[in-house]
Amino acid sequence: MSKYSIKLNGKKHQVDVASDTPLLWVIRDEIGMTGTKFGCGMGLCGACTVLLNGNPIRSCSTPISSIKPEDKLLSIEGLSANTNHPVQLAWIKEQVPQCGYCQSGQILAVAALLDSNPNPSDQDIDTALAGNICRCGTYQDMRKAIHAAAKTIKATPKTKSK
Amino acid sequence: MSTNTTKQTSRRDFIKISAQTAAFLAIGFENLANGKGVKVKNMAHEPHIGVEINPYVLINESGKVTLFNARPDMGQGTSQSIPMLIAEELEVRLDQVEIVTSDGSAKFGSQLSGGSSSVSTRYLPMRTVGAAVKEMLIQAAANQWHVPISACYAKEGRVYQKNKNISLGYGELVAAAAKLPVPANPVLKNPADFTQIGKSIPRPEIPSKVNGTSKFGMDVVIPGMLYASIAHAPSIHAKVKSYHGEKAIASPGVKFVLKTERKMPHASTEAVAVLADSYWAALKGKRLLDIEWESTVADEMSTEKYFNQLKEAGKSPGFEYKESLTGDVNKAFASANKVIEASYQTPFLAHAPMEPENATVYVQDGKVEVWAPVQGPDSLVTELATYLGFKKENVKINVTFLGGAFGRKAYYDYVLEAAHLSKQINAPVKVVWTREDDTQQGPFRPGMLSVMRGALDAQGKVQAFEHRLNGASILNQVFQVPLGNAPDPWAEEGINLPDSPYTFPNRRNSFSLVTTKIPILWWRSVYASTNLFGQESFIDELAHQAKKDPLAFRLELLAGSPRFVGVLKKLAELSNYQQLKAQGKAVGIAIARSFSSICTHAIVVEKQGNGVVIKKVYSVIDCGVAINPRNIKAQVQSNITMGLTASIKNEITVVNGQTQQSNFHDYAVLRQGEIPEIEVFVMPSAEAPGGVGEPGLPPVAPALCNAVFLATGKRVRTLPFDISNV
Repeated sequence: MSKYSIKLNGKKHQVDVASDTPLLWVIRDEIGMTGTKFGCGMGLCGACTVLLNGNPIRSCSTPISSIKPEDKLLSIEGLSANTNHPVQLAWIKEQVPQCGYCQSGQILAVAALLDSNPNPSDQDIDTALAGNICRCGTYQDMRKAIHAAAKTIKATPKTKSK
Repeated sequence: MSTNTTKQTSRRDFIKISAQTAAFLAIGFENLANGKGVKVKNMAHEPHIGVEINPYVLINESGKVTLFNARPDMGQGTSQSIPMLIAEELEVRLDQVEIVTSDGSAKFGSQLSGGSSSVSTRYLPMRTVGAAVKEMLIQAAANQWHVPISACYAKEGRVYQKNKNISLGYGELVAAAAKLPVPANPVLKNPADFTQIGKSIPRPEIPSKVNGTSKFGMDVVIPGMLYASIAHAPSIHAKVKSYHGEKAIASPGVKFVLKTERKMPHASTEAVAVLADSYWAALKGKRLLDIEWESTVADEMSTEKYFNQLKEAGKSPGFEYKESLTGDVNKAFASANKVIEASYQTPFLAHAPMEPENATVYVQDGKVEVWAPVQGPDSLVTELATYLGFKKENVKINVTFLGGAFGRKAYYDYVLEAAHLSKQINAPVKVVWTREDDTQQGPFRPGMLSVMRGALDAQGKVQAFEHRLNGASILNQVFQVPLGNAPDPWAEEGINLPDSPYTFPNRRNSFSLVTTKIPILWWRSVYASTNLFGQESFIDELAHQAKKDPLAFRLELLAGSPRFVGVLKKLAELSNYQQLKAQGKAVGIAIARSFSSICTHAIVVEKQGNGVVIKKVYSVIDCGVAINPRNIKAQVQSNITMGLTASIKNEITVVNGQTQQSNFHDYAVLRQGEIPEIEVFVMPSAEAPGGVGEPGLPPVAPALCNAVFLATGKRVRTLPFDISNV
């Protein structure tokens, strides 16, 4: 076991875990935030997506030892204080989720996409979300919501997800 | 003992008094409660306090209304649709109430989310519940005001006196209302007056699914619980000949290494569990196990052998479904002008819900409590009580949200595993399956073979039609019902006469049982998902043989079934079918009725290289009364995506008992960027509601393959197929 310091959603956490513990299980079992989901354990489905310095990573296959204390980690719980990030609002407006299990990962991947590319084409969306599976098949509603969120963000800048 | 409830009482007294005065509804539906008094709810750690007017409605003195949803939500939207049926008649808005999933208690009756039956079976009973409670509240208000009930009306949680500016909240009325007789025949609202049903109201749980707060089984934490990761037999059915757990137990965090069992409905198999204080420690410990397995049935378990058996079985006539038998098929074939034959094969499939199977169970002192994503808490109560030898009243189920299920989470092996372990260690245990467990261990949709035969006369009219189903029986394997000399009565879904009312003068459906040790189960739309591939592909083949347009061919054969004709005509309009055809576009269609709803798709493909690309899917569904049209569209999109995945992406193959696929890299599902544009139309209808969660799936594969034929001239008869190289 080793001690690690990580900064998640703007808050520092000290954890004492095995060095190969995936970030996913640190966030869920040690810190107790369960919005980040376990889906495949191999970085294939994207349910465990969190943002590392603004970029989507698969936390199920990211060992805690690879996280530096100064790294900024963002999980779904930190995306907004009142469920009012433009992507979340668009998701609610379009009623995107079905079972909802993959949606934390989808939403964070989209938030990162819109941060770096405020006006994504359909092709950009396909590329950015290729790593996030939705078994319920909410893909078309997500695409609609992404374009809607992009419009909102353009109209009201200053909602970076980093 | 009776108590006067009109005097001022404290909250505590109120509840006590209410407990003595509460009434129960006893009207209009099966399995009604025969309980005797108010229960203080204690589900999901939240006490629900108030007067239980009936099992589904709880109102407390502050006016808070709790509605119990007896259909677990796996993404299909029952946490809205079912309570909405009560709320519509009770005159409360859904955003005014708390919705709680039922706990498996007998008073709720059947609580299974399955067979797309939630709304269709609950539509009148739940509305009746709401209407009865509303009438009691109105009566209580009328009594208090000394006016006739005709002078009162209910709206948004209050009873108003007409033309006067006075009202009483439901909380102020509930104690008096609970003492009134339950109306035997409460008046239901005229659908024209619905304010919620049919209105695409936002689903109440959606915000929790975009901010990470919705609780799935995976998210359950019980103080003192240990996490279990289980080494399942690589060949599914096996005994543990020997195992060495020394390395595992020495691994940090690991508390126990235990030989355990996986109890399926039809068989038990041995396994070894590693229990630890974190999931990662348990998983690491499992990887350190050294197990020698012994299987006597592994070599019987081969999907290749199984499909060869199906082909053999398909040569025999099978046991016929008497109710579908029309005319004399053999005579008609013997004298036919032209006979066409073809066989269609569909693979074994894993459900692959995004949330792997998991359950948290605490067995203590002859009682058991479960926190888990399950489709039917009532059937789980029965199964757990039997398994543990407990009384049913000592089994309590807390149903979480289900992160997808598709039939899988009505099979409770993973819950029983947690119970078995908890009982051994006297602590709460959370079992979490890996994706590999989910992909490899089954149960799977059974592989099936449709052997089809059709006869055409000189005018291209169908003279005879035969559909021989060949494959494993869920009824036989899961429910251990011997079939004898009869077809599996469940397996004909989607092609029985009500579901497939094509007017063939001679018709025969039959079933030949081929058993397998590979665990099988219903998978979204069950046999309709396999049967319709053969049925609707072969109808298409017959149409081409008869040199008729496949849409016109179907319209002619379905002329006596107006709802089928209605959706096909709407589909033609929605897709501009005639125009697409005139432009030479490859547009394949299929229609299917399953779970009491009719759904038809038109899929447009274009040739590209050696294969095709899907350009667009048009869909029309007639599901009777639409509860939430937007959600119905979402479910149809969901079914189209899952149906396309099942057509072109994945299959489960088993060699020597070992599933060859293990995770999403080799059991692939469609991703963003692989989905065509989908346009869904929901037919307006006043007919009784049918299913929504599944009927969109069966027509997907045949519509796609019918389009592929138009684009390439090649007929796909085995799924899955490589869409880039047909």
